[in-house]
Amino acid sequence: MGLEAHPTSPTLARERPAPDAVPGTPLPALRRGSTPELLTQADIDAEIAAEHAASAARRTAGLAVPATRNDFAPYRSSVLRHPTKDPVQADPEAVELLAPVFGERDVHASEADLTRTGTGEPIGERLVVTGRVLDGEGRPVRRQLVEVWQANAAGRYAHQRDQHPAPLDPNFTGVGRCLTDDDGTYRFTTIKPGPYPWNNHRNAWRPAHIHFSLFGTQFTQRLITQMYFPGDPLFALDPIYQSTTDPVDRELLVARYDHDVTQHEWCTGYRWDIVLTGTHRTRMEAPDPGEEHA
Amino acid sequence: MSTAAARPTPARPTPARPTPGQTVGPFFGYALPYPGDSHLVPPASPGSLWLHGRVLDGLGAPVPDALLEIWQAGPDGQVPRTSGSVHRDGATFTGWGRCATDGEGGYGFWTREPGPVGSAARFVAVTVFARGLLHRLQTRAYLPPRDDAEQAALERDPLLQRLAPEQARTLLASRVDEGAVRFDVVLQGEGETVFLAPPASSAAQPERPPTP
Repeated sequence: MGLEAHPTSPTLARERPAPDAVPGTPLPALRRGSTPELLTQADIDAEIAAEHAASAARRTAGLAVPATRNDFAPYRSSVLRHPTKDPVQADPEAVELLAPVFGERDVHASEADLTRTGTGEPIGERLVVTGRVLDGEGRPVRRQLVEVWQANAAGRYAHQRDQHPAPLDPNFTGVGRCLTDDDGTYRFTTIKPGPYPWNNHRNAWRPAHIHFSLFGTQFTQRLITQMYFPGDPLFALDPIYQSTTDPVDRELLVARYDHDVTQHEWCTGYRWDIVLTGTHRTRMEAPDPGEEHA
Repeated sequence: MSTAAARPTPARPTPARPTPGQTVGPFFGYALPYPGDSHLVPPASPGSLWLHGRVLDGLGAPVPDALLEIWQAGPDGQVPRTSGSVHRDGATFTGWGRCATDGEGGYGFWTREPGPVGSAARFVAVTVFARGLLHRLQTRAYLPPRDDAEQAALERDPLLQRLAPEQARTLLASRVDEGAVRFDVVLQGEGETVFLAPPASSAAQPERPPTP
């Protein structure tokens, strides 16, 4: 089971969560879904609605709201881990105006096919997910590292701490890497991950998702996020997806089915573009030669 | 066709709305770490720096499922532009590393002291991810000054100057010995680390619905 949550009281008392809520510790009672002290989905739904209303009110008042809120209590694990102060605005210094360089010696082309790690075909719906990585000005992020990881078709990660009693797939580990091409395009072949239960509240389930790790051309553009599949019935119930409080922003986390990516008698296809934040070039003396833009 | 329409189109597309972040979650441990990820230089090699510390939560408890990344200039004050961070050759300094925290919230990088970039104060840029942290945090670990010039650079640093002393202190790595500095990350509460965001630019802030 995804031991994600610090089950706390509905009043969110700032106390140390029970030690048995620490990830990696067996929680047989929780696994049976029988712990009465956990909040219900209805409790979480009400908290999400209240947080969304608060975010909307701030936006209406012209106040800034981060696209994804770190202080989002319906995601219980965030309660003791979010800063209480707003970030301090700082002009990026020279080192922060650049990003690490990755190349062919870091990533082999075969790492973009997650279905080729075992001796046979993994179980599940084979699919291709592709798209472009763009900076905030719409320019392609070229030759840059993209990393992905995900659960298997049954909703289980090949991670020793994932104790969800769903089968592991000997032909699927769910980890991939690639470099974007000169158009900013990435492409992975994988299988569709399953939804899985976690301990945020009673009967909590994550919508199917693929974790994405991205670099831009500047340090400040570093991003880790999750890609979701269109029409997932768990969206409304998921406090992680809903921590992105504006529905327009949440839509940016959802891939779209693309029949032009789908391949005849082989796999389905999804397209998902990723836009990093804007760059801050004013202090640059010259563009980095490794990231020329058309 | 008018002469105006015949002009080349400016190669600057419309600013796009950024894709939001989402938590790294609990299961990155088998995907993101890799052998040598935190060894920007071979461990304990001549001239190496052991940059280490702990990640702590709002009650001062260690965070055993965080992931830190660092990015820095080399000893010569140059920002590295070479690949090879994932498969390290033991000789090339790439300036970038990654380290998952251990069961006591500890992390450590084998790296080099960055040289001054121009006349700026020396720091290592740090990104923090963790289970329970919905969007990554970024900060700076300023290195202890080695001489008067570096002391002066710290004193005139535009960020540190603007912070209250107790805030600025959260960004200063402390000298353990000649080859080691310590930098703790406090996610919340007393001694909360100052986290940073670049100033909003027009490109970084695409259109939102107008405020009534």
